Amino acid sequence: MKDLVGIKELSKDVIELILNTALSFKDVLKRDIKKVPALRGKTVVNLFFEPSTRTRTSFELAEKRLSTDVLNFSVPTSSVVKGESLFDTVKTIEAYGVDYIVIRHSSSGVPHFIAGNVNASVINAGDGTNEHPTQALLDAFSIIEKKGSLDGLRIAIVGDILHSRVAKSNIYLLSMFGTNIRLIGPSTLIPDMRQYGVEVFYDMDEGLRDVDAIMMLRIQMERQGKGFFPSTQEYFKNWGLNMGRLKIAKRDAIVMHPGPMNRGVEIASDVADCPQSVILDQVTNGIAVRMAVMYLLSGIKDNG
Amino acid sequence: MPEMTKELLNKKDIERITSRIAHEIIEKNRGTENLCLVGIQRGGVHLAKRLSEKIRAVEHFDIPVGSLDIALYRDDLGIRKEHPAVRKTDIPWDITDKKIILVDDVLFTGRSIRAAMDALMDFGRPAQIQLAVLIDRGHRELPIRADYVGKNIPTSRLESIEVQLEEDGLEDKVLLQTKQ
Amino acid sequence: MGSSILIKNGHIIDPSQGIDGVGDILIEDGKIKEIKKIRSSEDKKKIKNEEILTSQPLNLLSPQLKIIDAAGLYVLPGLIDMHTHLREPGFEYKETIKTGTMAAVMGGFTALCCMPNTNPVNDNETVTEFILRRTYAEGACHVYPVGAITKGQTGEELAELGMMHDAGCVAFSDDGRPVMNGLIMRRALEYSRIFNVPIISHCEDLDLSESGVMNEGSLSTILGLKGIPSASEEVMVARDIILAGLTRGRLHIAHVSTAGSVELIRRAKNDGVDVTAETCPHYFSITEDAVKNYDTNAKVTPPLRTQRDVEAIKEGLRDGTIDVIATDHAPHHRDEKLQEFDRAPSGISGLETALGLSLRLVEEGILTISQLVEKMAINPARILGLNMATLKVGADADAVIMDINKEFKVESKKFASMGKNTPFDGWVLKGMPVLTICKGKVFDWMIDE
Repeated sequence: MKDLVGIKELSKDVIELILNTALSFKDVLKRDIKKVPALRGKTVVNLFFEPSTRTRTSFELAEKRLSTDVLNFSVPTSSVVKGESLFDTVKTIEAYGVDYIVIRHSSSGVPHFIAGNVNASVINAGDGTNEHPTQALLDAFSIIEKKGSLDGLRIAIVGDILHSRVAKSNIYLLSMFGTNIRLIGPSTLIPDMRQYGVEVFYDMDEGLRDVDAIMMLRIQMERQGKGFFPSTQEYFKNWGLNMGRLKIAKRDAIVMHPGPMNRGVEIASDVADCPQSVILDQVTNGIAVRMAVMYLLSGIKDNG
Repeated sequence: MPEMTKELLNKKDIERITSRIAHEIIEKNRGTENLCLVGIQRGGVHLAKRLSEKIRAVEHFDIPVGSLDIALYRDDLGIRKEHPAVRKTDIPWDITDKKIILVDDVLFTGRSIRAAMDALMDFGRPAQIQLAVLIDRGHRELPIRADYVGKNIPTSRLESIEVQLEEDGLEDKVLLQTKQ
Repeated sequence: MGSSILIKNGHIIDPSQGIDGVGDILIEDGKIKEIKKIRSSEDKKKIKNEEILTSQPLNLLSPQLKIIDAAGLYVLPGLIDMHTHLREPGFEYKETIKTGTMAAVMGGFTALCCMPNTNPVNDNETVTEFILRRTYAEGACHVYPVGAITKGQTGEELAELGMMHDAGCVAFSDDGRPVMNGLIMRRALEYSRIFNVPIISHCEDLDLSESGVMNEGSLSTILGLKGIPSASEEVMVARDIILAGLTRGRLHIAHVSTAGSVELIRRAKNDGVDVTAETCPHYFSITEDAVKNYDTNAKVTPPLRTQRDVEAIKEGLRDGTIDVIATDHAPHHRDEKLQEFDRAPSGISGLETALGLSLRLVEEGILTISQLVEKMAINPARILGLNMATLKVGADADAVIMDINKEFKVESKKFASMGKNTPFDGWVLKGMPVLTICKGKVFDWMIDE
């Protein structure tokens, strides 16, 4: 496998291999010396066309712990309008002799476009409203860490599913592992994804009943006033996660959020900090999962 | 092309060899003080556990046994088409100032041992590292030698040695395979 | 002059004269001089080729006679594409009148209508005259400009339709953009009645399309691409049909892509509304699946739809709801298509694949060749009020010879068009034009092969 462009393109076996490999890397992260020489001599470029501190930092740490040389290339999309084309940017970067390109872009399909035009391994760090595969992998890793497996679990994904690449990648992944997926949110923000066997709930109280895990999604403030929902107040009232609602889920249900959180909009502050919250575990696991992905993608140039 | 397979060691042979190496370890280290065993994934881990049991039978002392995976320390990662699976590394004690007996099934080029030593160094600063192997088949590419050798078997590069152990659900034996 | 061309033994199909049989055509000085039908298609089966060849030829007087042996080939009136983007003036890096008309000829077209979304927009007689002048100088085929409905295609104020009509515009359209304001559309339909020319409507509700880039549905969700709902087109088709009924203006719906639009047009025709419609080969040849790997060459407006829509469009062509197959030839530069899917411009370079793709409908039994000629020549001429699409004696010698048995591989790099943007690259099509005659000039590219 040369690239990781999306969960859609992965088989269940490969996902299991990544998650198992990530376990070993999580052990590495517990050592005093957290760096291994596995990818010594390899060069990685983090090509971010969309601002992101968290994902970029997580990737950068994963890359450094694998002993790669890291190059950060941040291009705000607005300046690209006047500047060179994506194709030229990517070809230039390839000419630097990089082995991995970690790409985030506001347009869906850009990782596929790049992967088809370079020999380097391409890792999708989030493209438009398409996918964010490493987030789904780290979410699955975090759930398995707490629950033992994904099989038979009831998992609620709450919020703006329509525009969420995190939700999409999670739906693709979880549907492969026999998970009962519930989508909860306003009808304007839930697309038709019946083919993945999801259940849809507009009523959050009903949707949270007996779930094992609750994945909250970040609500994009820009959606307000575009007719998706009238106000953040109304949103929080109907689809915000507070302590009262958390009690509807199973007693040991875990609460997840890909960050950054809007406290008081999609998640109440006390929920974010409660013992059931695994939000900070997700951050740690993100590094292990990204190390596993980079390790498993062969960096060999002529490997197709 | 026909493949020739020859049995080099059987269950009994392996049993005798591990007993002998256990005794040699005790003798050379004058007891078990500060000793620990670290097996290299996968065959080395099984052998390390067997050695630990043999030593306990003689000295009535449990030597800690760890497992070490060297995948992340290999020097051929950029050359291989597929990266090797990463297995568990489990050394749940501080190795600093300990005498480590590194255990592997076959000693060949020495590159695995080099990787294992690098990996160990990331865990601490052992007082000493010794090496125990079931088979030494020659063809060293690095200046590495074993302190305890089960059996020296001169081989050609075209041949391969396969160590089968009960822990993996197989019968204990060592096979020499020749490719024409 | 005195140059003469004799097309011998071709299977002539000319619905304008009810001809469907093997015969000869003599062309002199760019006009059809004589047409001689030798056998009907039924008789042809019974008679050996030799007999046909030795049958009495036309009266030949010209000393410079070029003989084209069309045995086993079809001879049709030259095709008319009523929806082409020639890009000149303003976007000569995408296409020029010279290259676009050459592509047309290679595709079997001898006339085309160029849409006004150039720079400057063809919203005044000066631009119209410029296009016609350039065509006269460099055009390989007839070009009939379509003028803009509104100034600058902004949808706000009617352009000088009368002056443009006088200068040579044969229809009006803001193609590329819809006329969002219903009142302006009403006025356009009313005012164009004076000249008895159609208003070609690009039906799209921009609010519903928002920033969509492909068909809205489960695939757009899965690809994470913003969808354009079928409703975006259908709402405007419905509006314009109602306005056509109100104004008794002549409405032509451009590039129909949805099953719903076909049904709306079918009902309007039953109700006696003066509405005609076109679709394009890509709307009956491929579905939204073509964008699955984010192939920008399959990005087009309106977007490629579903199999259900493809079937409905085929049925609309079969039952006559859809009158015309047009190309919506929209060439773009390689660099423009080599971009993020969201940013890449919409459009397919269609002139050189249109006939080959449309012949698949004949193969499927949806249309006869004669009906295909109606959709690609006769009906466009009728709608636009052009006295062409016929092989009658005295008419301009515009004809296309095609081979429907030979297989051709689509190779965009060999296109005469500067636009290589096609989702059909590498397709093998059975049946293609092999020779085009326009105004008596022979374009015989197969000789070079």
